[in-house]
Amino acid sequence: MSQPTTPPKALGALGTYLDERFHGSSMLRTNMRKVFPNHWSFMLGEVALYSFIIVLLTGVFLTLWFRPSMLEVEYTGSYAPLQGVMMSEAYASALHISFDVRGGLLVRQIHHWAALIFVAAILMHMMRVFFTGAFRKPRELNWLIGATLLILAMVEGLLGYSLPDDLLSGVGIRLMQGVALAVPVIGSYAQMFLFDGEFPGEAIIPRLFTVHVLLLPGIMLALVGAHVLIVWIQKHTQYPGRGRTESNVVGTPMYPAFAVKAGAFFFFVFGFTALMASVFQINPIWLFGPYTPTSISAGSQPDFYIGFMEGSLRLFPQWEPLIFGHPLSLSTLIPALVIPGILFTALMLWPFLEAWITGDKRQHHTADRPRNAPTRTALGVTGITFYGVLLLAGANDLISEIFYIDLYLTTWIFRVSLIVGPIIAFIVTRRVCLGLQRRDRDELHHGYESGIVKQLPSGEFIEVHQPVGADAAVELRSKVASEPLEIRTGAVDENGVPDPRTRSPLGKLRGAASRWFTRDKVDFDEHDGGHGDGHAAVEEGAGSGRAAVSSGPSDKH
Amino acid sequence: MTDTNDTNAGGGAEGPDDGPARRRRRVIGTPPATGPALAAEDPREAAEAGAAYPGMFHARPEKEQRSGERWASVAFLVAMVAGIGFFVAYFAFRIGEHAPEGSATLAARYSNFGLGLSLAIALLAIAVGMTIWVRKVMPHYEVVDERHDPPSGGERREFGDYFMKGANESGIVKRPMLRRTLLLAMVPLGLAPIVLLRDLGPNNIEVLRHTAWAPGPDGRPRRLLIEGTNQPILAAEFDSPGSIITVLPEPDPGEDGHEGHLSLTEQAKAVTLLIKMRPEELALPPERLDFTIDGIIAYSKVCTHVGCAAALYEQTTHRILCPCHQSTFDARNGGEVIFGPAGRALPMLPLAVDSEGYLVAVSDYPDAVGPSFWERGPNFWERGNEHLDPEEGS
Repeated sequence: MSQPTTPPKALGALGTYLDERFHGSSMLRTNMRKVFPNHWSFMLGEVALYSFIIVLLTGVFLTLWFRPSMLEVEYTGSYAPLQGVMMSEAYASALHISFDVRGGLLVRQIHHWAALIFVAAILMHMMRVFFTGAFRKPRELNWLIGATLLILAMVEGLLGYSLPDDLLSGVGIRLMQGVALAVPVIGSYAQMFLFDGEFPGEAIIPRLFTVHVLLLPGIMLALVGAHVLIVWIQKHTQYPGRGRTESNVVGTPMYPAFAVKAGAFFFFVFGFTALMASVFQINPIWLFGPYTPTSISAGSQPDFYIGFMEGSLRLFPQWEPLIFGHPLSLSTLIPALVIPGILFTALMLWPFLEAWITGDKRQHHTADRPRNAPTRTALGVTGITFYGVLLLAGANDLISEIFYIDLYLTTWIFRVSLIVGPIIAFIVTRRVCLGLQRRDRDELHHGYESGIVKQLPSGEFIEVHQPVGADAAVELRSKVASEPLEIRTGAVDENGVPDPRTRSPLGKLRGAASRWFTRDKVDFDEHDGGHGDGHAAVEEGAGSGRAAVSSGPSDKH
Repeated sequence: MTDTNDTNAGGGAEGPDDGPARRRRRVIGTPPATGPALAAEDPREAAEAGAAYPGMFHARPEKEQRSGERWASVAFLVAMVAGIGFFVAYFAFRIGEHAPEGSATLAARYSNFGLGLSLAIALLAIAVGMTIWVRKVMPHYEVVDERHDPPSGGERREFGDYFMKGANESGIVKRPMLRRTLLLAMVPLGLAPIVLLRDLGPNNIEVLRHTAWAPGPDGRPRRLLIEGTNQPILAAEFDSPGSIITVLPEPDPGEDGHEGHLSLTEQAKAVTLLIKMRPEELALPPERLDFTIDGIIAYSKVCTHVGCAAALYEQTTHRILCPCHQSTFDARNGGEVIFGPAGRALPMLPLAVDSEGYLVAVSDYPDAVGPSFWERGPNFWERGNEHLDPEEGS
């Protein structure tokens, strides 16, 4: 059986047609063999991309029936408990989609689940990029695009679940109004402009609808395109391994294997979303009833990605000073705007901040193992802990109810954890990273524990250590290459004169930050120089700390 | 995943040829027999080889490929059947007005199950089939691609020179008047979109201070109506301590004798909690007792934090709790905040009884209700008012 080597006639003709017009065949050939490194963590971004596509597709379907109108109508649809109830057209049409359009409920639920998966996947993807240092030069701008997409996705989701105008979504809009009012000086006007008058008015849902289906998706689509294009141009990062260098990229070619794998993965994401939408109920708007400002349901929770802001609003204590007779609603402003503002600003600035601290201007294409950048990893876990405490605090009423804990006690527990938790997380993560590095070093120099126990003629039992394989050795060694090139602290020229730049206040700050960022270095090369038994004995006889200290410098020089 | 990429097993149906083995000399490093092959590329060899990429065409054993093909086909067939099931479900499950009488919720649920599960199975089966295809039928290998070095300093300079040449040629460098007037021309156009948004809303923020409790055109104080039933309340009948109801102001009469209607926007500001306590339970300063009638006290139901309905009431402690962020107000002492983020007390509505014995509001709330805003100013008591001036609230 021989394989055809010429394409089918139609395909060949199409190729010729396009090539004659766009001169694209060489470009196409390069791009078809585009290399994608393999690692499970590289699929997180793919999940985000595919769920975005699902959200777009299902969203279009929903717009065919949804009416973004706050005009009051009497419900006459087939959901009996609400028949005859006055409600907005928006809510009535959302009920219509759920009960009177075949597949409407399914698509609504896919839309909502996919939106949740979208944000969750972005968060996971960002963690991967953060912890592996994949945001470093030359990828800082793509990190900014990604962070912008995260913010837009959250806003987009918030607007989306505000549209059906059920009791829960109306509470969300009310919160937006309250936060807008809290802004000093311009807040009242901003609220008037946002709502075309007072809350709820009749303009907010049509306005949110336009932003939700046109403005934000348009911007996001452009940013997603740019994001993927930049990955395409810069080529993907890869984990350290044999044959992988800073100047190459090793992996599966786009055509055919990666394309089919990615296609399969799209169907997996879509399939699981459809599965969830068919067996797990989400946002049963008919149970909440139409929005009325006079009512509220207990246990009102936003979608998970807004949860941290909800928690932040719940934890902040009463604080509303009068500034020259003007109330300053700090207990709204700080938790709803300042804290998320700080979180997102830190997130966006981090690549530039880290480059400034380490003075590292190299191109990085190899992903760091998180343990090899202990301070960065610890900072990341600190941020996640802070975010996580806020997220949990957003459900403190449910926690109180389920675990029979006093409501106010949960608030206090979360208030304390919000301060203490991140500090503990930082210290612990840093120590864990350094411990893992030391284990890596031991494995590299003394081999790994083989599990084979041998009895010596003297009767002593020892475990046999075997040298690590070549692949593992490359991985373990990757730490050395990933370390900052230039550490600013000891910027001293050959005459011992410190760099004048390090004497300015900013230079001193930079030096201090650099020392902090790289302190407790686990030196892999220490062993390479003098791998004698005496030295190993010093290292392993950890009890004699003084001996280790005194032998350090002499070893290095 | 098992990657048995033994180069020598690369024969099978493709016909054994020593090409791959020969090209293995170009391999970087020496991959283990069971690991993925790794190869450098040379375009000329690509042309020679039958494979898409030279040097790494390590097909899986024909037996593995055949079994992969079979299982992938099974998955694709399952997908097709499930896909047909989707159409069946679409027509078989009737919903809405076509559903059996009184079971709209159930019908929607069954339809959702039928459509959703068949769709999910179809999608997942395609995914599984494609995965088997990649993992069992396609050869597994990795290729190496060189990254391009960032542009050298020389290239960057070249671009800068070229850019400056063009800029000089255009005259924009040499002729500042041209440059500055162009910038001036842009300023109004840049501001135009912002000005265009001016009509997004009115700027009469004074409305935030007033609610529908202000006496109507005839100057008569408004009655309190129970939310939902719109019935006025006899002070004498609202007499069991611990009771709480939500009330709204009596609307202006509608045109042509129709019943008046309070818009949602008016309701959003005017909604009020009416609470009955034993008079001795009230812990109010004497001047604020004027606002109550025989232990009946009315608070705005709009939380002063971000405006949720502060709807939960604990009878034994007389606490009002907002379920959104758990701001807790003490109903006994004028709605002071005792826990949570709310910035100030819930405003009190001054109550009285009209000639027929019904509860009425003497005036509008003396303070703005709901979340604080910049122009709100100090509240009624902070302003040093001890007695309500009927003019002021309205």
